[in-house]
Amino acid sequence: MKNPDLVIIGGGPAGLSAAVAAYEAGLRDILILERDRELGGILNQCIHNGFGLHTFHEELTGPEYAGRFIEKVNALGIPRKLDTMVLSLGPDRSVTATNPADGLFTLHPKAVILAMGCRERPRGALNIPGTRPAGIYTAGTAQHSVNIEGFLPGKRVVILGSGDIGLIMARRMTLEGAKVLAVAELMPYSGGLKRNIVQCLEDFGIPLLLSHTVIDIRGDKRLTGVTLARVENGRPVPGTEISYDCDTLLLSCGLLPENELSRGAGVPLNPVTGGPLVDEGLETGIPGVFAAGNVLHVHDLVDYVTQEAAQAGENAAKYVLSGEKSSENCVKIQCTGGVRYTVPAQVHPGTKSLKIRLRVDKPYRNKRLTVCADGVPVLSRKRPVLAPGEMETLDVTNLPEHFSAITVALEEGK
Amino acid sequence: METRTLTCIGCPLGCTLKAELEGNTVRSVTGNTCPNGEKYARKELTTPERILTTTLPILGGDRPTVSVKTAAPVPKGMMLACMEALRGIRVSAPVNMGQTLVENLANTGVDLVATRAVGREQF
Repeated sequence: MKNPDLVIIGGGPAGLSAAVAAYEAGLRDILILERDRELGGILNQCIHNGFGLHTFHEELTGPEYAGRFIEKVNALGIPRKLDTMVLSLGPDRSVTATNPADGLFTLHPKAVILAMGCRERPRGALNIPGTRPAGIYTAGTAQHSVNIEGFLPGKRVVILGSGDIGLIMARRMTLEGAKVLAVAELMPYSGGLKRNIVQCLEDFGIPLLLSHTVIDIRGDKRLTGVTLARVENGRPVPGTEISYDCDTLLLSCGLLPENELSRGAGVPLNPVTGGPLVDEGLETGIPGVFAAGNVLHVHDLVDYVTQEAAQAGENAAKYVLSGEKSSENCVKIQCTGGVRYTVPAQVHPGTKSLKIRLRVDKPYRNKRLTVCADGVPVLSRKRPVLAPGEMETLDVTNLPEHFSAITVALEEGK
Repeated sequence: METRTLTCIGCPLGCTLKAELEGNTVRSVTGNTCPNGEKYARKELTTPERILTTTLPILGGDRPTVSVKTAAPVPKGMMLACMEALRGIRVSAPVNMGQTLVENLANTGVDLVATRAVGREQF
C-alpha cells in the first residue's frame, strides 16, 4: 500500500476539518481513517439543533453540520478508509490498522493528526454501589439506540450527571414516550449549557437535583430502582434518600479523551486534560504528530473543534511541505488562580502570536484573565462570568521577542 | 398582575429575569443585563417556540432511521402533539437532505424535513 503524506486518525468533526485545512494549505496526499461505516463521528447521532452558530451563523443539527464538511471533503476528493480500526501508532509515526477489504496494514506517513475524539465515563469508573443489572447506559449509548438504531432503551428513566448529553437525552426520551423522573447532579451547579437546562428539563417539567448522587442500584436481571441522596462535603447525607422505581439509569458523568493510541506511541499526556501535551502549533511531543478536537481536550461547542482542527491541519501540511521546526526547548505555560489548564501547554520561544484555550476550576463572577510574558502583562480580558463548562479562548498577538516564562492567571477585576 | 421568573438563555451569564404579566401582555422585564434578555422574556412569555428534532423509521434504507426537524419553529406547547402525529409514520428510502417528509405537521403549518440523506439498502 502506498504511504500517504498525512494520515488523519478519525473522521469526525476534528478529522474532517483538519483534512480540509491541510488540503487548503497545499497538501494533496491525505488519508482519513475512520472506524465507523460513515464519516461524521458523533455528530451523526446528535440530531438536535444548535450546532454551527459560530461557523455558519445558523443553527444546524448534528448531521447537517457534519454534512457540510463531508461535502467539502468529497468535493476535494480527499481519500478515506471507512470501517477501519487503527490498532497502533508507533513512535516513528507508523500507523497499523485493519479493515475487511485490506486486512491488516501498516502506513508510514510523514505526519499524523490524532482526531480520535473522546468517550464517556462508564459505570465502572464511577464506583456506584449496588447490583449489576441490565438497563444502565451511558447517555451517548442511549442516544445511539434511539437516534441511529431506532429503539427506546427504557420507559422510566433516572439520569445521573447534568452534562449536555444527559440533558439532551432527558428531552429525547421524553419526546419518544419515556418518563424521565429526575436528573441528579453531584456538583452544586450544572455542567450543562443554560439553554439545555431550560429547553430540555424546564420545558418538560423534569426536576434537576443539584448536590445529589446515586447511592444504590437495585434489580437482578433488569434494573428495578435507584436511590438518590443529597451530598455534602463529598458524602451522602443520611435521611435525604429518595427512592425511584425505574428500568433505566443513564450516566452523563463526563468525557475522557480517547488516547490509547497516543499512549502506545509514547506521546506525553497532560494529566489534567487526559490529552496530549501540545505546543502552539498543536504538535505533540512526537515531531510530526499533531492533535485536535476532543482527543486533545473536551470541548463544549463543535465550532471550536472545527477551528482548532483547522489549525492542526494547516500546521501538519506545513510540517510535511517545509519540514522546518524550531528545535529550541519549549517554555511551559503556567496556570494560576483557578485556571485549570491551557491548550497549548507549552510554547516555542520566538512565537509571536498564540491562541490559548482554557478552562477554570469552578464558576466565577467579575474576574479578569491575564497573560504575562516574564511577568509583564501582554493581554488582559474582563470576564463577567466564567464556568467550568464553558471553554475560554484568548488570542495573544504581541508576545515579546524573547521570553522565558508565560503565565495565564485568573485575577480579581472589574 | 402576575410575576414570572425565567432564566435567559442568550449567553453564559444566564440572567434571572422577572417579568410582570397582565393577562397575555408583558408589562415589564427586570434582571436582564442586555436588551436581548428583555426580547427573550417577551417572546418566551407570549409565544414560546422551538425547533422540534426527532427521527423516523425508514424502509429499504441503508440504515434504520432518518433524522428530521421542523423546517421552522413550532409553538412550544405543540411539541408532544407533533410527536403524537408522527407515531406510526414510516418513510421509504432514498431520502435527500432537506427533503420534505411530512407536510403541515399536526396542523402547525410547518413541514418536517430530513436532516440527512439515506440511501437504499445495498445487497
